[in-house]
Amino acid sequence: MTLLYGRGYASVNYPTGMNLGGDPSQALIHATTMGGFVISLSSVDLGQGLKTVVAQCAAETLGMPMEQIIVDTADTDTGPHCMGTFASRGTHRVGNAVIMAAREAREVMLQVAADELEVDAGDLETDGSGYVRLKGSPAKQIHISDIALAAHFKQGKSISGRGMFLKERSYPVPETGEMDPDSCQAHACTVADVEVDDETGVVTVLRLHNTYEIGRALNPAMATQQVEGGAWMGVSHAIFESTEPYYPASRAHGPVDFSEYLMPGSGEIPEQTSVILERPASNGPFGAKGIGEMTANAPIPAIANAIFDACGVRLTTMPFTPESVLRGLDALRDGEPVA
Amino acid sequence: MARIDTEYFRDERASDFKVIGTAVQRSDALGHVTGRTEFMEDRTFPNLAHLKIHRSSHHHALINDVDYSEALKVPGVLRVITYKDVPENWYGVLRLIGIGPDDEPVLAEDRVLYKGEPIVAVVADSEAAALEGASKVKVTYTELKAVLDVEEAMLPDTPVFKRAGTNYFVYEGHHARRIRFGDVEAGFAEADHIFEWRYSSAPIEHAPTETTGCIVVPQSGGRLLIHSNTQAAFFTLDNTALTLKRPFTDLQVKGGTVGGGFGGKVDVMVEPLACIAAAMTNRPVKFVYSREEEMQVSSPRAAERIYIKDGVMNDGRIIARKIMLYVDAGAYARHSPYGATKAAAHLPGPYTIPNVYADCHCVYTNRTPSSAMRGFGVTIADFAIESQMDQVARALHIDPLEFRLRNAYRDGDMKAHRKVASGTALIEVIQRTAELVGHELPEEYRAMSSSTPRGAGA
Repeated sequence: MTLLYGRGYASVNYPTGMNLGGDPSQALIHATTMGGFVISLSSVDLGQGLKTVVAQCAAETLGMPMEQIIVDTADTDTGPHCMGTFASRGTHRVGNAVIMAAREAREVMLQVAADELEVDAGDLETDGSGYVRLKGSPAKQIHISDIALAAHFKQGKSISGRGMFLKERSYPVPETGEMDPDSCQAHACTVADVEVDDETGVVTVLRLHNTYEIGRALNPAMATQQVEGGAWMGVSHAIFESTEPYYPASRAHGPVDFSEYLMPGSGEIPEQTSVILERPASNGPFGAKGIGEMTANAPIPAIANAIFDACGVRLTTMPFTPESVLRGLDALRDGEPVA
Repeated sequence: MARIDTEYFRDERASDFKVIGTAVQRSDALGHVTGRTEFMEDRTFPNLAHLKIHRSSHHHALINDVDYSEALKVPGVLRVITYKDVPENWYGVLRLIGIGPDDEPVLAEDRVLYKGEPIVAVVADSEAAALEGASKVKVTYTELKAVLDVEEAMLPDTPVFKRAGTNYFVYEGHHARRIRFGDVEAGFAEADHIFEWRYSSAPIEHAPTETTGCIVVPQSGGRLLIHSNTQAAFFTLDNTALTLKRPFTDLQVKGGTVGGGFGGKVDVMVEPLACIAAAMTNRPVKFVYSREEEMQVSSPRAAERIYIKDGVMNDGRIIARKIMLYVDAGAYARHSPYGATKAAAHLPGPYTIPNVYADCHCVYTNRTPSSAMRGFGVTIADFAIESQMDQVARALHIDPLEFRLRNAYRDGDMKAHRKVASGTALIEVIQRTAELVGHELPEEYRAMSSSTPRGAGA
């Protein structure tokens, strides 16, 4: 028995959004009496943190602290239309819609403040802590709660805004495939280090070294969760998962629960080192690109290439099971040509 | 936390933000880790009824008879729903964006095209009674030959089992979504080397922690309130209304907290039947997939088969790439026609190749319909493309990263689907990863940049 070690490389790009029917999302925002800002959406947070990043987009645009932002989402009676959370589109589309809505609301907010302070709205700025102040004379300021109260009870104004993002429909040209389906491309490169046991055929992914170019990390902690979780899924796809282990020959042997459908447990999670690069997208919210789906992709071929590097077996069928490794090693020993 | 390397694209990324770029704690984290987050199934309603399905036991068969008389005798069973109770039984989830034909029945009519296809729904006071009722339904079949291989499905002699007349999706008259860029045969003729390999994958389950489901609650005014873990609230509402043939304003979808989606919760599989059951019984109805249903009946990531043929010069330039890609859509289209188009737009990968030819087929077989899943159309294509890149680099004895850098796309390059590349950064992620692992790159490769036009630099 020998433990064999190998290293493999892969680099990929990934589209943000995928539009065949038009790809819209909308957002509404309004201030409450005491200066909270409610963002109304119908978008769905699948666990990736959409609610948090769009709140950050609103806070940044309004110039208000995060504590002022309330996100009310995923009710079709109260929230405007959103196409859905898929195709790495949520942060990009909804983020853009929220920024547009927040800009409109900010304009009203500054005008109400200007009327209260008896200055020109163009001379005002936000300080990020809840105050609107006169540029150059920070002592002349008014808190958002007083602005909102004035709007509601004195000036009779609604501090609110409407936002929408639409990527218009692209019809592929049937003959050539010419089309404009996406908004931007994110990028990733993975180097995988693996260990192959030539007795059992078991592949252990030891380390993943990754660089991701994602436009802008709106929230670096959640971006890290996305890329690390996605890379984990890539490892899982590569060496464990299938609903049909003997596809396409047999529909039998289909797993029906997690004791039969294998995924990496904590013992099988490789060490990950991830670096993020930012090349802001001109059409992204503060430059952000969609990153959710991309991060599972580079690890799979990097692992396949590392297995070849380790033991000379070229696996061209996913997943890379111990059985397929052992059959490949047998073929090598028998002198059969290797792809 | 991942490190942000601010040296790359320094001029482009300059910023002065207060909230953007900070590690704000996610708003629902505390609720998740303390168990206080309310998911769809945490909601309880008085008088809740449950819906379960009797499914096909064959891959492909004619239905001779459906006898549910014994199911109705099970204590607690309220109703049995067949296709006759579904106002618009045929649907296709992409009809909302004008992609058809509607090729899938909500409940089977005279035949089944995959093992696990829903035939009859049973509504009962308890989950146990609904399960027992579903098990008592007797269906007699005449088994037909099953087609389980994508290339076999496309052969002229293979029986056509789709009512539209072909075992594949038709893209504006073509048997595949095509990419035609340059002259691939001329490229092969000019190339110093030709390399051709085959890649394939098996279906993969989304494996969400929370299985697909919904609870539909009739409202006093006659509307139906759908508590759903869908990934797309309006997509679900609109598709459900079309199946029910009810005004869109009759429905309300509430959701937004989902225990994992990964593309598995956009097919609108549970809401229409739960709405029909709720309207029939005037009771709240819950329809949630069991783990077994989630794994074997709900749509997986499509299996794919991909052939890549490359024409490469001695210096490592790829000058022609031909790709034949087959997506195994299973028995019904769902989102797969869109996935195959997404694959086409992704080819030939992040490399600039002057001659590209691709046929991306969306093929039907007698297995569980596949559909959307994280990166579908791209994930398996990337496995094939990047394995191909490794094999070619090894065959030509070129360093794997240098080989990629030589062919990497840059700003201003024309992609195979005739969109000009912009905002590219493949070169930089490769350079940075090389640095991360101490992989030495010669100066000419370290000096490359995505924003420097091809030919101007190295």
